[in-house]
Amino acid sequence: MPEFLLPLIVLSPFSAAIILFLSAGRMPARYVGLLATGSVGLSAIISVILAVLLLSAPSAEPIRVTLWEWMHTPVFSAHIAFELDPLSLVMILVVTVIGFLIHLYAVDYMRGDPGIARFFGSMTLFIAAMLVLVLSSDLLCLFIGWEGVGLCSYLLIGFWYTNPANTAAARKAFYITRIGDAAMLCGLLLLAATVGTLQIDTLTEAVTAGQITPTAVTGTALFLLVGALAKSAQIPFQTWLPDAMAGPTPTSALIHAATMVTAGVYLIARLHILFTAATVAMTVMAVIGTLTLLMAACSALVQADLKRILAWSTISQLGYMFLALGTGVWQAALFHLMTHAFFKALLFLTAGAIIERVHHEQNIFRMGGLLRTMPGIAGSFLAGASALAGLPLITAGFYSKELILSSVWHANFPISSRFSLSGHVLWAIAVVGAFLTSLYIFRCFFIVFFGPLKKDASGHTPLLMAIPLACISFLSVFGGVVEIPDTLAPVHLFTQMLNPSGFFTHTEDPAWLLYAGAAAPLVGLSVAWLLWGRTSSVIQEIPGQTIIIRLTESGWGFDILYDFVLVRPFRFLNWLGRHDILDRMSSGAASATRRTNAFLVRFRTGILSYVSERTIVMTREGNVLLARMQNGRVRWYAAWIVTGLCVALASAVLS
Amino acid sequence: MSPLPALVLVPALGGAIAWLVDRPRFVGARKITDASWRVTLMALVLETLILVLATFRRPAHPGPWLDHFTAPWIPSMGISIRLDMDGLSLSLLWLTIILSFPCVLLATRQIRVNAGAFHFLLLATITGIIGTFLATDLFLFFFFWELMLVPMFVLISAWGHEGRHRAAIKFFLFTQGSGLLMLLSILGLVVAHFHETGVLTFDYFTLAATRLSPSLSMVLMLGFFIAFAVKLPVVPVHVWLPDAHTQAPTAGSVLLAGILLKTGGYGMIRFNIMLFPEAAERFAPIAMALGVAGILYGAWMSCAQNDVKRLIAYSSISHLGFVLLGIFSGSRTGMQGAIIQMIAHGLSTGALFLIAGSIQDRLHTRDMHQIGGLWTSMPRLSGAGLFFAVASLGMPGLGNFAGEFLVLIATWHVSPAAAVLTTAGLVLAAIYSLRMVNRIFLAPERADQQPVTDFPARHMIILGSIMIFLVVLGLYPQPFMTFSTPSPLSITAEPDKVESPP
Amino acid sequence: MPVFSFNDALLVAVLLFATGLTGVLVRRNLLFMLMSLDIMLNAAALVFVAAGARWHDASGQVMFLMILALAATETAVGLAIILRLHARGRPSLDADTGNLLRG
Repeated sequence: MPEFLLPLIVLSPFSAAIILFLSAGRMPARYVGLLATGSVGLSAIISVILAVLLLSAPSAEPIRVTLWEWMHTPVFSAHIAFELDPLSLVMILVVTVIGFLIHLYAVDYMRGDPGIARFFGSMTLFIAAMLVLVLSSDLLCLFIGWEGVGLCSYLLIGFWYTNPANTAAARKAFYITRIGDAAMLCGLLLLAATVGTLQIDTLTEAVTAGQITPTAVTGTALFLLVGALAKSAQIPFQTWLPDAMAGPTPTSALIHAATMVTAGVYLIARLHILFTAATVAMTVMAVIGTLTLLMAACSALVQADLKRILAWSTISQLGYMFLALGTGVWQAALFHLMTHAFFKALLFLTAGAIIERVHHEQNIFRMGGLLRTMPGIAGSFLAGASALAGLPLITAGFYSKELILSSVWHANFPISSRFSLSGHVLWAIAVVGAFLTSLYIFRCFFIVFFGPLKKDASGHTPLLMAIPLACISFLSVFGGVVEIPDTLAPVHLFTQMLNPSGFFTHTEDPAWLLYAGAAAPLVGLSVAWLLWGRTSSVIQEIPGQTIIIRLTESGWGFDILYDFVLVRPFRFLNWLGRHDILDRMSSGAASATRRTNAFLVRFRTGILSYVSERTIVMTREGNVLLARMQNGRVRWYAAWIVTGLCVALASAVLS
Repeated sequence: MSPLPALVLVPALGGAIAWLVDRPRFVGARKITDASWRVTLMALVLETLILVLATFRRPAHPGPWLDHFTAPWIPSMGISIRLDMDGLSLSLLWLTIILSFPCVLLATRQIRVNAGAFHFLLLATITGIIGTFLATDLFLFFFFWELMLVPMFVLISAWGHEGRHRAAIKFFLFTQGSGLLMLLSILGLVVAHFHETGVLTFDYFTLAATRLSPSLSMVLMLGFFIAFAVKLPVVPVHVWLPDAHTQAPTAGSVLLAGILLKTGGYGMIRFNIMLFPEAAERFAPIAMALGVAGILYGAWMSCAQNDVKRLIAYSSISHLGFVLLGIFSGSRTGMQGAIIQMIAHGLSTGALFLIAGSIQDRLHTRDMHQIGGLWTSMPRLSGAGLFFAVASLGMPGLGNFAGEFLVLIATWHVSPAAAVLTTAGLVLAAIYSLRMVNRIFLAPERADQQPVTDFPARHMIILGSIMIFLVVLGLYPQPFMTFSTPSPLSITAEPDKVESPP
Repeated sequence: MPVFSFNDALLVAVLLFATGLTGVLVRRNLLFMLMSLDIMLNAAALVFVAAGARWHDASGQVMFLMILALAATETAVGLAIILRLHARGRPSLDADTGNLLRG
């Protein structure tokens, strides 16, 4: 039974995608939405059934399905194979349930768009690819999903292709992630060449058994880390994600907040044994995560575009996950991944609803006072914002962030043999980050919903959009109770499910750690209230003139840097390459040959004509001479005969 | 009775008939429309039937080769008509047939000027290609090798686009010149064999057993290599390709990119690696370096093009770099990867040329700045274009990736640095493919866009079947990999079996 | 016994031949040219006869008879041509005037 259900969960959205693409826009919009939502809903139902089956089974054996052998050569073999263990179970639940709710929301959101079939086709294809990614038990099979989600992301960011900025953003996203993919492919090649297979179980066994040299492990880990960083928009690859907001809002919610960007986190969690063996990679990961979370939070603080605030916030939250992964607590990263998927999807969907009702205005400074016109939306946004900020006790975000913070405090990151980076430093930065998170999201909340009404909102949010909002709001608030710190109540459902043997004990944690983590968001909230919340606000609009603000707003100048370091040299190379040099050389050789040829021809003609002219003249003169002898006089002929005879005789006699 | 000679003869005869029926007096007073086109189609159908027969026929002879055919031709010189088929030939023959159909169905029907001659030349090229894939007598091989050049030359120079004469001459000079080098190598090998044994023969299997000094075998192998490298093409000698592809008529481009280039790869496997294994091994580092250079250079050039067909042509150079890399990686994995890559590249690039040709037919331009936003007016064509562009950038799950990955893994065993450089080529592949997609298909519609018609459904069925082939090749390449492995020469194992012609 | 020695006969023959040759080369009159030709033939005949006498062989006389017939024929044909030319209204016997082919 599970062996049958597991492929079906992928097949359902995949076949829907094929039907939608083949229909090529001839299907009525209503059926398009119905088909897409239904197929994802079916997947969601199947994943719930599978969850029940897996968790109720007495043994903790994962469900494995090997569909067929993909490639087989003497040195390497790969399979198309799925495996469902608690880790992938969490992922498929997040992907299908959140995906289903977002599809439901999109049915109304995208109503009337001429390209709705293309939209839903790409969305369902994305769900299928994401499921392949999280279910594969073979890294090469995972790579199919990995590239597939990238492709769908490209298609959806550039969905409104009539605006060149959108397609440029789409290409930027694809190129940057593709660089990471190339690195990841190198990692896969290194592993495949060393082990001979990319089966995850075999790989982890090989790592634990020490079959792979430490150099190879570190190399692989670094290569894969680059791939994961690019996919998850961490420093130095973060620039594509804010631009990716050009896509429709459901896309931003599903792909660029809840699921695809967390693929990097999933990959590292999946291969945590490999990464644990490579301490260098772990340190790099933790440091990059910390830097990213701080930098992105600062950027989010100064943005004016509602969706860009959320995009930077996504980067920042992914930074938390990478910090957790670098620390080695991949369960915490996964927990945060789940709660983040809830509240960030909620925030994006709410933002989409707001933007739609205020006539596609995205600048928060042109909104204001929307609390009165859309209280329901405001409620959802508040739920999402508090979860993101991690307001203590009442939100899901608090528990997951707390789990990360408390583990970082104890960690130690060796940099060299003598020097190591203490976890306390990273913990402090992460707490500052939590404060900033709270600050920027409530800044956004207060500016949009409080203050004077600046832009009139029209219409109302349809029911099909409101239901998903309500569901996800519920999840964002209460989704965190599956894992509670020991200081409050010893609930460890989540980590125990992921790791039944269990190693999570925080008994020796000082209580003030928890309080500090809980206080940071509250302080942020209060500061935000002081600065933007009161009607006579201290700062209504950031004076965006200072250089630091502009730098921060534009993403710390990374775009400009890349423009100078990568894009322009590449353009220059292209400019150089607009003519094939080798072609030029051969053409040059050809023209040189032609010229030589012409010269030779002229030379030859000169010589020939001279020679032939002389010949003609001489022949003519000789002719005249000979013609004289042919005078027809018999006597002359006889005389010539005699002369000849005499000469002959003379030569015969005298010789 | 072996079906092999029929495989070679059917297209040739079909071409002759197609030429004849196009003349009014043979059809009588009422001229059948597209008579030569119909004849061509029938010849292809017949050819397919024979190929099916050849595929499923039980091998009459024991041994790894599937089928044999021998007949004397010029006995005094030791030249015979010898055709042999193994899995490699058979899979490339299938590629030829599969690509010929879209060519004929989509691209040649609108030829009005001298349609009979056009179809004759098209089928003559196909004859040459099929013969090349089958011939195992070196003289016969050379004959077919030259046979496919001349009709293609005429096709380009008579039915091509604006700069066709120059392109045709370039194509002819490069391929013909390198072909002469190959002839010299063949003669050298034959003479060496004659000196050793006193037997004058052009037979592939007999010649394979010739003992050669290392330097001589290197020289002879280089002669073959240069001929195949020009055809493949390998980077310094690729310059004929972009012009020829760009200027050829659509059907010619598809044939060129889809199949004609594969004869280069086929020749390298059959004649370089298997005839001169030691020399090839010594030459491998240079060849692999050339392959990596080809991948990067082709991709770089492709990024800089504004002409659609030129862009695709340069991308072929990049893709065929993988083939060279795989062939000379010295392992079976690499060889299988190269073969998969050849088939997948034939399908995806052939289809891209078909699409580019259709765009040119409709808009009368190939300049990407002049074309824009076709998705709105031609969703089907654009969707197909997107699919094949994505296939060509190496999306996992499609045929190209399977080939590239196998090649890469074989390369990694030899030189990790080369493999890392090669993956950089994959990033460039994304850049040029998506640049094309975003210029032509997913872009704002131009204001001065003239009304165009989309692909009709029957064209989409043809393209759809190519897509299915690519997906199958990408997700389940295993049967192709086991099937298309070149049969061993059995030089070392059983020399007596080779000597006695079956 | 011979009255003249063979050398004397050869000397006479050479003189005769030279006379004939000079006549052919110098005289323009066709009649005289024909007569000079006959002299040359007779010189040759004399050599034959002398040789026959010298080596006591009858072939010399046989050749003389044949040359006699040849000379008669030659003279006959030559005179006939001259007569025909005269009959066509050609006034002169000058050999140098007949060097142009004209009807």
